[in-house]
Amino acid sequence: MELVCPAGNLQSLKAAVDAGANSVYIGFRDETNARHFAGLNFNDRQIAQGIEYAHARGVRVFIAINTYPQPGNLAKWQHAVDTAANTGADALILADIGVMDYATEFWPDLNLHLSVQGSATSQDAIAFYAQQFGIKRAVLPRVLSVRQVAAIAKKSPVPIETFGFGSLCVMVEGRCYLSSYVTGQGPNMYGACSPAKFVKWSETDVGTETRLNGVLIDRIADDENAGYPTICKGRYCVNDDVGYAIEEPTSLNTLPILSDLVKIGVAAIKIEGRQRSPAYVHRVTSVFREAIDSCLADPAAYRPDEKWLATLAALSEGAQTTLGAYNRSWQ
Amino acid sequence: MSNAATTRLALGPLQFHWPKAQMQSLYRKIADSPVDIVYLGETVCSKRREFRHKDWIETAELLSEAGKSVVLSTFALVEAQSELGYIRRLCENGEIWVEANDMSAVQMLAGKIPFVGGPTLNVVNQRTLQKLVDLGLQRWVVPVELSRAMLVEIRREMAEPIEYELLAWGRLSLAYSARCYTARAHRISKDDCANCCIDYPDGLLLQTREDEDFLVINGIQTMSARTSCVLAELENSPGIVDILRISPQAGDMDSIIHQIDALRHGETTADAVARDLAVHAPGGLCDGYWHGEAGMMNVRQS
Repeated sequence: MELVCPAGNLQSLKAAVDAGANSVYIGFRDETNARHFAGLNFNDRQIAQGIEYAHARGVRVFIAINTYPQPGNLAKWQHAVDTAANTGADALILADIGVMDYATEFWPDLNLHLSVQGSATSQDAIAFYAQQFGIKRAVLPRVLSVRQVAAIAKKSPVPIETFGFGSLCVMVEGRCYLSSYVTGQGPNMYGACSPAKFVKWSETDVGTETRLNGVLIDRIADDENAGYPTICKGRYCVNDDVGYAIEEPTSLNTLPILSDLVKIGVAAIKIEGRQRSPAYVHRVTSVFREAIDSCLADPAAYRPDEKWLATLAALSEGAQTTLGAYNRSWQ
Repeated sequence: MSNAATTRLALGPLQFHWPKAQMQSLYRKIADSPVDIVYLGETVCSKRREFRHKDWIETAELLSEAGKSVVLSTFALVEAQSELGYIRRLCENGEIWVEANDMSAVQMLAGKIPFVGGPTLNVVNQRTLQKLVDLGLQRWVVPVELSRAMLVEIRREMAEPIEYELLAWGRLSLAYSARCYTARAHRISKDDCANCCIDYPDGLLLQTREDEDFLVINGIQTMSARTSCVLAELENSPGIVDILRISPQAGDMDSIIHQIDALRHGETTADAVARDLAVHAPGGLCDGYWHGEAGMMNVRQS
């Protein structure tokens, strides 16, 4: 079970490597990746330094180029592929068929992984990318139960990577337009969900209001925690009932089912959070390193340690965690 | 208007869960309507079985006999192995065209038979489209996020002629999830849903806490509360779109179809149609994506 950890800058990359990641994934400073946030990500020099640091310690580096180029700007994504290929990265994480087609034509020896943004939720969908572009791994969207993941892992032509911890997209990745519907910018084409420039917080008589491009996402009382206003974590009125109609502010945590994921043949587990701090990356990576080692040493006896769970809960949205779609009753 | 008159009208797949009799009534009416192309099949949730496979095939025959071109649509989000099995059955039907709405279906069709690329495939540039055309895609239903400017550029760069279809009237499909939000609103899980979405023939309205109509919940699918209306396309941009898609809704489909049909024959204007059809768009109209803006904006009518 490979542990794949996020890094939004060089310090986070070093934190992940030092805390026991097997691989670290990073992105360029532009809309070619799905964490296109101000001040985040790597320039060419930092990528070279990061790869040198990781490789010296036996850790692999993946570069995510996992958004969708539009007419007129494909060259930017192609340039990103060229740059990534020249850095000596161990794999590129791609989503767009056109970008994969380019990578396969010009860099036939590159290791390609299918990004979660590619929305492949079956062995047939994965087989498409394997046959057409020779992908070596597929990252599954967070919409499948453990049983469904098991069936896919068994029949997939390439190894499977699943999400283990972090912010939870409840919609199938790569096909959620909620952010672009409200702001004009979303994960697929712009590389960010609910971009900060559209977010407005205001104090009112009825509490703190959070708005996204003018749309009221939530109204928060003084004694409540205010989460970042992504549309799927807001409170709305449905059938005269106000509440979290889509999902509460919460984070995914798979520690309770880690031995199941190992047993069904999941090859790699991914930690979400390139936008998080080096300290966050270090803590989560450390917990998962310890958990995976414990699980692999004796899968039958594996139990998540209370200390690990407490550490992760403290780092989670709304201080609560969920198994998400892995657990059918969540669905 | 000569170009517009050759624009064909399509009825998209029914997004909502309706009782069998209501579905039969819709398609009987469509058989006598000016619609040229009809997409059949359940695309949202495999638990909706008012129409069994046999019913879809019988409806396909009814519509074919009425001179309609019929296409079978596949699920947008595939999760269970049983769903894959059903998609395979559709893809291997040997007779009727299939609209592939995820890459599982594309894989089953690619290199074997011509197919329609549905709006939920991630196709937003020429290189991706060309690759799918090489594998048999002959008609492309444009994803909701695509703007007119993007479509014009993609179309210009494409070497081979294919058909371009655009959602001209209907609520936008914005997201799919493992979770059923209709069941969640009823405080039950998806496995115990009892098909409660059948009580919401146009979906379940989700409002902000200041009573703004925002989204519509439709089982595992989330839609816009506003109705996308890009009918001005017919007047101003001949040759960009070959097929205009109308999405079925519980209201008066006859009048929606006849207004849009009149528009393509130059008997009325897009603004007049949008005005007349506003009554069928209770959450208001939007066309932002088409104009390169936030999808919820209403550029043309504002």
